[in-house]
Amino acid sequence: MKALSTESSNASVEFREVAYHVPGMPRDAEQDTRALVCDISLKIDQGETIVLLGRSGSGKTTLLRLINRLLVPSAGEVLVNGRATDGWDIFALRRSIGYVIQEAGLFPHFTVAENIALVPSLEKWDATRIASRVRELLKLVGLDAGNFASRYPRQLSGGQRQRVGVARALAADPHILLMDEPFGALDPVTRADLQREFAAVAKRMGKTIVFVTHDLREALLLASRIVLLQAGKIVAHDTPQNFLQLPHVEVRAFVSSLNVGTLDAPVLNVAAGDPA
Amino acid sequence: MSVYQFFVTHRAEILATTLEHLTLVMVAVVIAIAIALPLGILITQRTRLRGVALGIASVFQTIPSLALFGFLIPIPFIGGIGKRTAIVALVLYALLPILRNTYVGLTGIDPAVLEAAEAMGMTPRQVMWRVRLPLARTVILAGIRTATVITIGVATIAAAIGAGGLGTFIFRGVAMVSDAVILAGAVPAALLALLADGLLGMLERRWKVL
Repeated sequence: MKALSTESSNASVEFREVAYHVPGMPRDAEQDTRALVCDISLKIDQGETIVLLGRSGSGKTTLLRLINRLLVPSAGEVLVNGRATDGWDIFALRRSIGYVIQEAGLFPHFTVAENIALVPSLEKWDATRIASRVRELLKLVGLDAGNFASRYPRQLSGGQRQRVGVARALAADPHILLMDEPFGALDPVTRADLQREFAAVAKRMGKTIVFVTHDLREALLLASRIVLLQAGKIVAHDTPQNFLQLPHVEVRAFVSSLNVGTLDAPVLNVAAGDPA
Repeated sequence: MSVYQFFVTHRAEILATTLEHLTLVMVAVVIAIAIALPLGILITQRTRLRGVALGIASVFQTIPSLALFGFLIPIPFIGGIGKRTAIVALVLYALLPILRNTYVGLTGIDPAVLEAAEAMGMTPRQVMWRVRLPLARTVILAGIRTATVITIGVATIAAAIGAGGLGTFIFRGVAMVSDAVILAGAVPAALLALLADGLLGMLERRWKVL
Protein backbone atom coordinates (compact mmCIF):
# COMPACT_ATOMS: atom_id res chain seq x y z
CA MET A 1 0.00 0.00 0.00
CA LYS A 2 2.71 2.45 0.95
CA ALA A 3 4.32 2.23 -2.48
CA LEU A 4 1.22 3.78 -4.01
CA SER A 5 1.21 6.82 -1.81
CA THR A 6 3.12 9.40 -3.75
CA GLU A 7 0.41 11.98 -4.35
CA SER A 8 -2.72 10.58 -2.76
CA SER A 9 -2.23 9.63 0.85
CA ASN A 10 -3.13 6.45 2.69
CA ALA A 11 -2.44 8.07 6.02
CA SER A 12 -5.29 8.53 8.44
CA VAL A 13 -4.27 12.14 8.97
CA GLU A 14 -1.62 14.00 7.03
CA PHE A 15 -0.29 17.55 7.32
CA ARG A 16 1.41 18.84 4.16
CA GLU A 17 3.53 21.95 4.77
CA VAL A 18 0.78 23.45 6.84
CA ALA A 19 0.85 26.92 8.31
CA TYR A 20 -1.85 28.71 10.22
CA HIS A 21 -2.04 32.46 10.81
CA VAL A 22 -4.85 34.15 12.63
CA PRO A 23 -6.99 35.56 9.79
CA GLY A 24 -6.70 39.31 9.40
CA MET A 25 -3.31 39.43 11.11
CA PRO A 26 -0.46 40.87 9.04
CA ARG A 27 1.69 38.21 7.38
CA ASP A 28 4.84 40.08 6.41
CA ALA A 29 8.23 38.61 7.26
CA GLU A 30 8.81 40.94 10.19
CA GLN A 31 5.65 39.69 11.82
CA ASP A 32 6.27 36.01 11.26
CA THR A 33 5.71 35.35 14.94
CA ARG A 34 2.02 35.85 14.16
CA ALA A 35 2.00 32.38 12.64
CA LEU A 36 0.61 30.04 15.28
CA VAL A 37 2.06 27.05 13.45
CA CYS A 38 4.20 26.77 10.33
CA ASP A 39 6.17 24.23 8.27
CA ILE A 40 4.14 21.36 9.63
CA SER A 41 4.46 18.09 7.73
CA LEU A 42 3.32 14.99 9.55
CA LYS A 43 1.82 11.65 8.60
CA ILE A 44 -0.29 9.69 11.04
CA ASP A 45 -1.25 6.12 10.18
CA GLN A 46 -4.49 4.40 11.13
CA GLY A 47 -4.32 2.98 14.66
CA GLU A 48 -1.42 5.13 15.86
CA THR A 49 -1.53 7.21 19.01
CA ILE A 50 0.32 10.43 18.32
CA VAL A 51 0.95 12.71 21.25
CA LEU A 52 1.49 16.38 20.48
CA LEU A 53 3.65 17.62 23.30
CA GLY A 54 4.58 21.21 24.04
CA ARG A 55 4.27 24.13 26.38
CA SER A 56 1.28 26.43 26.48
CA GLY A 57 1.16 28.42 23.25
CA SER A 58 3.39 26.03 21.31
CA GLY A 59 0.65 25.39 18.74
CA LYS A 60 -0.41 21.86 19.71
CA THR A 61 -4.11 22.70 20.10
CA THR A 62 -3.97 24.64 16.83
CA LEU A 63 -2.76 21.49 15.04
CA LEU A 64 -5.58 19.48 16.57
CA ARG A 65 -8.18 22.00 15.48
CA LEU A 66 -6.85 22.00 11.93
CA ILE A 67 -7.71 18.31 11.67
CA ASN A 68 -11.47 18.72 12.13
CA ARG A 69 -11.45 22.09 10.39
CA LEU A 70 -12.33 24.16 13.41
CA LEU A 71 -9.43 26.09 11.89
CA VAL A 72 -8.63 26.38 8.19
CA PRO A 73 -4.94 26.20 7.16
CA SER A 74 -3.48 29.45 5.83
CA ALA A 75 -1.02 27.45 3.72
CA GLY A 76 -0.59 23.81 2.80
CA GLU A 77 -3.29 21.23 3.37
CA VAL A 78 -4.54 18.78 5.94
CA LEU A 79 -5.76 15.42 4.67
CA VAL A 80 -8.10 13.10 6.52
CA ASN A 81 -8.38 9.58 5.10
CA GLY A 82 -6.53 10.81 2.01
CA ARG A 83 -8.86 13.72 1.30
CA ALA A 84 -8.11 17.38 1.99
CA THR A 85 -10.36 18.70 4.75
CA ASP A 86 -11.75 21.42 2.47
CA GLY A 87 -12.96 18.67 0.11
CA TRP A 88 -15.12 17.15 2.85
CA ASP A 89 -18.62 18.12 3.83
CA ILE A 90 -17.60 19.90 7.00
CA PHE A 91 -20.36 18.40 9.19
CA ALA A 92 -19.73 14.87 7.90
CA LEU A 93 -16.01 15.36 8.56
CA ARG A 94 -16.59 16.45 12.14
CA ARG A 95 -19.12 13.74 12.88
CA SER A 96 -16.60 11.15 11.72
CA ILE A 97 -13.95 12.45 14.15
CA GLY A 98 -14.29 12.10 17.92
CA TYR A 99 -13.35 15.14 19.99
CA VAL A 100 -12.59 15.34 23.71
CA ILE A 101 -11.57 18.53 25.49
CA GLN A 102 -10.47 19.54 28.94
CA GLU A 103 -13.43 19.90 31.35
CA ALA A 104 -15.28 17.68 28.84
CA GLY A 105 -17.51 20.48 27.46
CA LEU A 106 -20.59 18.37 28.17
CA PHE A 107 -23.97 19.92 27.40
CA PRO A 108 -25.30 20.94 30.83
CA HIS A 109 -28.96 20.68 29.75
CA PHE A 110 -28.56 17.12 28.43
CA THR A 111 -28.42 13.98 30.56
CA VAL A 112 -25.37 11.74 30.35
CA ALA A 113 -27.25 9.49 27.90
CA GLU A 114 -28.31 12.45 25.74
CA ASN A 115 -24.76 13.79 25.73
CA ILE A 116 -23.37 10.47 24.54
CA ALA A 117 -26.16 10.10 21.99
CA LEU A 118 -25.49 13.44 20.35
CA VAL A 119 -23.65 12.43 17.19
CA PRO A 120 -25.75 9.28 16.64
CA SER A 121 -28.87 11.42 16.92
CA LEU A 122 -27.44 13.98 14.47
CA GLU A 123 -26.81 11.00 12.18
CA LYS A 124 -30.44 9.94 12.73
CA TRP A 125 -29.84 6.50 14.22
CA ASP A 126 -33.02 4.86 15.49
CA ALA A 127 -33.79 5.06 19.20
CA THR A 128 -33.12 1.42 20.14
CA ARG A 129 -29.75 1.43 18.40
CA ILE A 130 -28.81 4.65 20.20
CA ALA A 131 -29.93 3.28 23.58
CA SER A 132 -27.89 0.11 23.25
CA ARG A 133 -24.87 2.07 22.00
CA VAL A 134 -25.10 4.39 25.04
CA ARG A 135 -25.16 1.40 27.43
CA GLU A 136 -22.22 -0.19 25.64
CA LEU A 137 -20.16 3.02 25.85
CA LEU A 138 -20.95 3.68 29.50
CA LYS A 139 -19.69 0.18 30.24
CA LEU A 140 -16.56 0.80 28.17
CA VAL A 141 -15.68 3.91 30.17
CA GLY A 142 -16.45 2.19 33.46
CA LEU A 143 -19.74 3.83 34.44
CA ASP A 144 -22.83 1.90 35.48
CA ALA A 145 -25.58 2.68 32.95
CA GLY A 146 -28.45 2.21 35.42
CA ASN A 147 -26.86 4.66 37.80
CA PHE A 148 -25.51 7.31 35.43
CA ALA A 149 -27.51 7.43 32.19
CA SER A 150 -30.17 9.84 33.42
CA ARG A 151 -27.93 12.10 35.51
CA TYR A 152 -26.96 15.60 34.47
CA PRO A 153 -23.29 16.64 34.09
CA ARG A 154 -23.46 18.85 37.20
CA GLN A 155 -24.27 15.72 39.23
CA LEU A 156 -20.97 14.07 38.26
CA SER A 157 -17.44 14.36 39.58
CA GLY A 158 -14.72 15.73 37.31
CA GLY A 159 -13.42 12.25 36.53
CA GLN A 160 -16.90 10.96 35.72
CA ARG A 161 -17.55 13.93 33.43
CA GLN A 162 -14.35 13.19 31.57
CA ARG A 163 -15.34 9.54 31.17
CA VAL A 164 -18.66 10.69 29.67
CA GLY A 165 -16.70 13.05 27.39
CA VAL A 166 -14.69 10.10 26.08
CA ALA A 167 -17.84 8.00 25.63
CA ARG A 168 -19.51 10.85 23.71
CA ALA A 169 -16.53 11.16 21.39
CA LEU A 170 -16.62 7.43 20.64
CA ALA A 171 -20.39 7.27 20.12
CA ALA A 172 -20.55 7.07 16.34
CA ASP A 173 -17.46 4.84 16.19
CA PRO A 174 -15.13 7.38 14.57
CA HIS A 175 -11.84 6.24 13.02
CA ILE A 176 -10.05 9.24 14.49
CA LEU A 177 -10.12 10.56 18.03
CA LEU A 178 -8.83 14.05 18.89
CA MET A 179 -8.10 14.72 22.53
CA ASP A 180 -7.08 18.11 23.88
CA GLU A 181 -5.62 17.72 27.39
CA PRO A 182 -8.61 15.57 28.31
CA PHE A 183 -7.27 14.72 31.76
CA GLY A 184 -5.62 18.09 32.45
CA ALA A 185 -8.16 19.42 34.94
CA LEU A 186 -8.36 16.30 37.11
CA ASP A 187 -6.71 15.66 40.45
CA PRO A 188 -3.49 13.58 40.16
CA VAL A 189 -4.99 10.33 41.47
CA THR A 190 -8.06 10.42 39.23
CA ARG A 191 -5.87 11.48 36.33
CA ALA A 192 -3.56 8.49 36.79
CA ASP A 193 -6.58 6.14 36.90
CA LEU A 194 -8.07 7.54 33.73
CA GLN A 195 -4.73 7.57 31.90
CA ARG A 196 -4.15 3.91 32.73
CA GLU A 197 -7.66 2.84 31.76
CA PHE A 198 -7.61 4.93 28.61
CA ALA A 199 -4.23 3.49 27.56
CA ALA A 200 -5.74 -0.01 27.79
CA VAL A 201 -8.91 0.95 25.89
CA ALA A 202 -6.93 2.80 23.21
CA LYS A 203 -4.80 -0.30 22.52
CA ARG A 204 -7.94 -2.41 21.98
CA MET A 205 -9.77 0.08 19.77
CA GLY A 206 -7.34 0.43 16.89
CA LYS A 207 -8.32 4.06 16.37
CA THR A 208 -6.08 6.86 15.25
CA ILE A 209 -5.63 9.04 18.29
CA VAL A 210 -4.14 12.51 18.28
CA PHE A 211 -3.57 13.52 21.88
CA VAL A 212 -2.49 16.96 23.07
CA THR A 213 -0.72 17.33 26.40
CA HIS A 214 2.01 19.26 28.18
CA ASP A 215 2.72 16.31 30.44
CA LEU A 216 5.64 14.17 29.25
CA ARG A 217 4.69 11.40 31.67
CA GLU A 218 1.27 11.15 30.01
CA ALA A 219 2.89 11.24 26.58
CA LEU A 220 5.22 8.34 27.47
CA LEU A 221 2.31 6.28 28.77
CA LEU A 222 0.03 6.71 25.76
CA ALA A 223 2.08 7.53 22.68
CA SER A 224 3.24 5.33 19.85
CA ARG A 225 5.04 8.48 18.66
CA ILE A 226 5.70 11.78 20.39
CA VAL A 227 5.76 15.01 18.39
CA LEU A 228 7.29 17.92 20.27
CA LEU A 229 6.25 21.43 19.29
CA GLN A 230 7.97 24.66 20.12
CA ALA A 231 6.81 28.09 18.91
CA GLY A 232 4.59 26.53 16.24
CA LYS A 233 7.18 24.19 14.75
CA ILE A 234 7.91 20.50 15.14
CA VAL A 235 11.29 20.29 16.88
CA ALA A 236 11.38 16.59 17.73
CA HIS A 237 9.52 13.53 16.59
CA ASP A 238 10.21 9.99 17.77
CA THR A 239 9.00 6.90 19.61
CA PRO A 240 8.77 7.28 23.40
CA GLN A 241 11.91 5.14 23.97
CA ASN A 242 14.05 7.17 21.57
CA PHE A 243 12.47 10.48 22.50
CA LEU A 244 14.04 10.47 25.95
CA GLN A 245 17.52 10.27 24.39
CA LEU A 246 17.13 13.14 21.89
CA PRO A 247 19.62 15.99 22.39
CA HIS A 248 17.32 18.92 21.45
CA VAL A 249 17.25 21.51 24.22
CA GLU A 250 13.44 21.54 24.41
CA VAL A 251 13.40 17.74 24.74
CA ARG A 252 15.93 18.03 27.57
CA ALA A 253 13.74 20.66 29.22
CA PHE A 254 10.79 18.30 29.18
CA VAL A 255 12.84 15.30 30.30
CA SER A 256 14.28 17.18 33.24
CA SER A 257 10.76 18.28 34.12
CA LEU A 258 9.98 14.65 34.88
CA ASN A 259 11.97 15.14 38.07
CA VAL A 260 10.52 18.59 38.77
CA GLY A 261 6.90 17.66 38.54
CA THR A 262 4.75 20.22 36.78
CA LEU A 263 5.43 21.75 33.40
CA ASP A 264 4.59 25.25 32.25
CA ALA A 265 6.63 26.13 35.33
CA PRO A 266 9.97 27.73 34.50
CA VAL A 267 11.91 24.54 33.75
CA LEU A 268 14.46 26.30 31.54
CA ASN A 269 16.81 27.06 34.40
CA VAL A 270 16.80 23.45 35.43
CA ALA A 271 17.42 22.33 31.86
CA ALA A 272 20.38 24.65 31.45
CA GLY A 273 22.20 22.98 34.29
CA ASP A 274 21.16 19.46 33.37
CA PRO A 275 24.21 17.34 32.45
CA ALA A 276 22.05 14.72 30.70
CA MET B 1 -68.03 56.19 51.46
CA SER B 2 -65.26 54.00 52.78
CA VAL B 3 -62.66 52.46 50.49
CA TYR B 4 -63.95 49.00 51.34
CA GLN B 5 -67.51 49.91 50.44
CA PHE B 6 -66.36 51.40 47.14
CA PHE B 7 -64.51 48.18 46.25
CA VAL B 8 -67.58 46.08 47.07
CA THR B 9 -70.08 48.20 45.16
CA HIS B 10 -67.80 48.67 42.14
CA ARG B 11 -66.27 45.19 42.07
CA ALA B 12 -67.61 44.33 38.61
CA GLU B 13 -66.22 47.54 37.13
CA ILE B 14 -62.87 47.07 38.87
CA LEU B 15 -62.60 43.50 37.62
CA ALA B 16 -63.48 44.48 34.07
CA THR B 17 -60.92 47.28 34.13
CA THR B 18 -58.28 44.95 35.54
CA LEU B 19 -58.94 42.51 32.69
CA GLU B 20 -58.75 45.37 30.19
CA HIS B 21 -55.41 46.35 31.71
CA LEU B 22 -54.15 42.78 31.58
CA THR B 23 -55.18 42.43 27.95
CA LEU B 24 -53.34 45.62 27.05
CA VAL B 25 -50.20 44.29 28.78
CA MET B 26 -50.39 40.81 27.28
CA VAL B 27 -50.91 42.02 23.73
CA ALA B 28 -47.98 44.41 24.08
CA VAL B 29 -45.64 41.82 25.65
CA VAL B 30 -46.49 39.13 23.09
CA ILE B 31 -45.78 41.54 20.22
CA ALA B 32 -42.57 42.66 21.93
CA ILE B 33 -41.43 39.02 22.27
CA ALA B 34 -42.31 38.35 18.63
CA ILE B 35 -40.02 41.23 17.62
CA ALA B 36 -37.23 41.10 20.20
CA LEU B 37 -36.59 37.35 20.33
CA PRO B 38 -35.87 36.82 16.61
CA LEU B 39 -34.01 40.14 16.54
CA GLY B 40 -31.93 39.02 19.53
CA ILE B 41 -31.02 35.80 17.71
CA LEU B 42 -30.18 37.77 14.56
CA ILE B 43 -27.84 40.21 16.30
CA THR B 44 -25.69 37.39 17.69
CA GLN B 45 -24.57 36.94 14.08
CA ARG B 46 -24.77 40.49 12.69
CA THR B 47 -22.31 42.68 14.55
CA ARG B 48 -23.28 45.86 12.74
CA LEU B 49 -26.98 45.41 13.40
CA ARG B 50 -26.26 44.66 17.08
CA GLY B 51 -25.25 48.20 18.05
CA VAL B 52 -28.06 49.78 16.05
CA ALA B 53 -30.79 47.51 17.46
CA LEU B 54 -29.66 47.74 21.08
CA GLY B 55 -29.15 51.50 20.69
CA ILE B 56 -32.61 52.17 19.31
CA ALA B 57 -34.27 49.93 21.90
CA SER B 58 -32.48 51.70 24.72
CA VAL B 59 -33.48 55.12 23.36
CA PHE B 60 -37.17 54.09 23.54
CA GLN B 61 -36.61 52.83 27.06
CA THR B 62 -35.03 56.14 28.08
CA ILE B 63 -37.79 58.44 26.81
CA PRO B 64 -40.23 59.20 29.66
CA SER B 65 -43.34 57.12 29.12
CA LEU B 66 -45.85 59.97 29.05
CA ALA B 67 -43.64 61.80 26.54
CA LEU B 68 -43.49 58.66 24.36
CA PHE B 69 -47.30 58.52 24.31
CA GLY B 70 -47.27 62.21 23.39
CA PHE B 71 -44.83 61.66 20.51
CA LEU B 72 -46.96 58.88 19.05
CA ILE B 73 -50.29 60.71 19.02
CA PRO B 74 -49.55 62.96 15.99
CA ILE B 75 -48.07 60.09 13.91
CA PRO B 76 -50.48 58.96 11.17
CA PHE B 77 -51.80 55.33 11.17
CA ILE B 78 -50.19 54.22 14.43
CA GLY B 79 -50.97 57.42 16.35
CA GLY B 80 -54.10 59.09 17.60
CA ILE B 81 -56.04 58.62 20.81
CA GLY B 82 -56.82 55.09 22.01
CA LYS B 83 -55.61 51.55 22.58
CA ARG B 84 -53.61 51.17 19.38
CA THR B 85 -51.27 54.04 20.19
CA ALA B 86 -50.90 52.76 23.73
CA ILE B 87 -49.96 49.27 22.56
CA VAL B 88 -47.34 50.65 20.18
CA ALA B 89 -45.77 52.63 23.03
CA LEU B 90 -45.88 49.67 25.41
CA VAL B 91 -44.22 47.42 22.80
CA LEU B 92 -41.44 49.95 22.27
CA TYR B 93 -40.95 50.07 26.04
CA ALA B 94 -40.84 46.31 26.44
CA LEU B 95 -38.34 45.68 23.63
CA LEU B 96 -35.08 46.48 25.40
CA PRO B 97 -35.19 44.06 28.34
CA ILE B 98 -36.16 41.15 26.07
CA LEU B 99 -33.70 42.06 23.33
CA ARG B 100 -30.82 42.60 25.72
CA ASN B 101 -31.42 39.45 27.72
CA THR B 102 -31.83 37.34 24.57
CA TYR B 103 -28.50 38.63 23.30
CA VAL B 104 -26.73 38.23 26.65
CA GLY B 105 -28.21 34.77 27.20
CA LEU B 106 -27.22 33.50 23.77
CA THR B 107 -23.67 34.85 23.92
CA GLY B 108 -22.93 34.09 27.59
CA ILE B 109 -22.62 30.33 27.12
CA ASP B 110 -19.52 28.38 28.24
CA PRO B 111 -17.18 28.49 25.22
CA ALA B 112 -16.15 24.86 25.85
CA VAL B 113 -19.75 23.77 25.31
CA LEU B 114 -20.02 25.72 22.06
CA GLU B 115 -16.66 24.37 20.89
CA ALA B 116 -17.80 20.82 21.60
CA ALA B 117 -21.06 21.42 19.73
CA GLU B 118 -19.23 22.74 16.68
CA ALA B 119 -16.54 20.07 16.80
CA MET B 120 -19.11 17.31 16.94
CA GLY B 121 -20.58 18.41 13.64
CA MET B 122 -23.66 20.39 14.63
CA THR B 123 -24.80 22.87 12.00
CA PRO B 124 -25.11 26.51 13.13
CA ARG B 125 -28.88 26.06 13.16
CA GLN B 126 -28.59 22.98 15.40
CA VAL B 127 -26.21 24.82 17.71
CA MET B 128 -28.79 27.61 18.01
CA TRP B 129 -31.86 25.43 18.59
CA ARG B 130 -30.37 22.57 20.57
CA VAL B 131 -27.67 24.31 22.58
CA ARG B 132 -27.81 28.11 22.68
CA LEU B 133 -31.55 28.70 23.06
CA PRO B 134 -32.13 25.97 25.68
CA LEU B 135 -29.16 27.23 27.70
CA ALA B 136 -30.25 30.88 27.36
CA ARG B 137 -33.90 30.32 28.19
CA THR B 138 -33.79 31.37 31.86
CA VAL B 139 -31.97 34.58 30.98
CA ILE B 140 -34.45 35.30 28.18
CA LEU B 141 -37.35 34.59 30.53
CA ALA B 142 -35.87 36.99 33.08
CA GLY B 143 -35.97 39.66 30.36
CA ILE B 144 -39.61 38.87 29.60
CA ARG B 145 -40.35 39.10 33.30
CA THR B 146 -38.76 42.55 33.58
CA ALA B 147 -40.59 43.68 30.44
CA THR B 148 -43.93 42.45 31.78
CA VAL B 149 -43.55 44.22 35.11
CA ILE B 150 -42.50 47.46 33.39
CA THR B 151 -45.43 47.20 30.96
CA ILE B 152 -47.97 46.73 33.77
CA GLY B 153 -46.67 49.95 35.31
CA VAL B 154 -46.46 52.00 32.12
CA ALA B 155 -49.91 50.79 31.03
CA THR B 156 -51.49 52.71 33.94
CA ILE B 157 -50.28 55.91 32.26
CA ALA B 158 -51.87 54.81 28.95
CA ALA B 159 -55.22 55.89 30.40
CA ALA B 160 -54.03 59.45 29.80
CA ILE B 161 -54.37 58.91 26.04
CA GLY B 162 -57.69 57.11 26.28
CA ALA B 163 -56.46 53.52 26.25
CA GLY B 164 -58.45 52.47 29.31
CA GLY B 165 -57.05 50.17 31.95
CA LEU B 166 -56.48 50.69 35.66
CA GLY B 167 -54.96 54.14 35.12
CA THR B 168 -58.50 55.33 34.40
CA PHE B 169 -59.36 54.94 38.09
CA ILE B 170 -56.17 56.60 39.23
CA PHE B 171 -56.56 59.67 37.00
CA ARG B 172 -60.27 59.94 37.82
CA GLY B 173 -59.55 59.57 41.55
CA VAL B 174 -56.93 62.32 41.44
CA ALA B 175 -59.40 64.63 39.68
CA MET B 176 -62.16 63.78 42.17
CA VAL B 177 -59.78 63.92 45.16
CA SER B 178 -61.06 60.47 46.13
CA ASP B 179 -58.72 58.00 47.81
CA ALA B 180 -61.17 55.17 47.17
CA VAL B 181 -61.21 55.73 43.40
CA ILE B 182 -57.41 56.11 43.25
CA LEU B 183 -56.93 52.88 45.19
CA ALA B 184 -59.41 51.04 42.95
CA GLY B 185 -56.78 51.53 40.22
CA ALA B 186 -53.61 51.45 42.26
CA VAL B 187 -54.22 48.30 44.31
CA PRO B 188 -55.08 45.97 41.40
CA ALA B 189 -52.20 47.42 39.35
CA ALA B 190 -49.74 46.74 42.16
CA LEU B 191 -51.14 43.24 42.70
CA LEU B 192 -50.92 42.46 38.96
CA ALA B 193 -47.27 43.48 38.91
CA LEU B 194 -46.40 41.42 41.98
CA LEU B 195 -48.32 38.43 40.68
CA ALA B 196 -46.70 38.54 37.25
CA ASP B 197 -43.27 38.90 38.84
CA GLY B 198 -43.91 35.96 41.16
CA LEU B 199 -45.30 33.61 38.52
CA LEU B 200 -42.62 34.30 35.94
CA GLY B 201 -39.98 34.06 38.67
CA MET B 202 -41.31 30.63 39.56
CA LEU B 203 -41.15 29.51 35.93
CA GLU B 204 -37.60 30.85 35.72
CA ARG B 205 -36.47 28.78 38.70
CA ARG B 206 -38.11 25.68 37.27
CA TRP B 207 -36.33 26.20 33.94
CA LYS B 208 -32.95 26.71 35.50
CA VAL B 209 -30.38 24.35 34.02
CA LEU B 210 -27.11 24.99 35.74
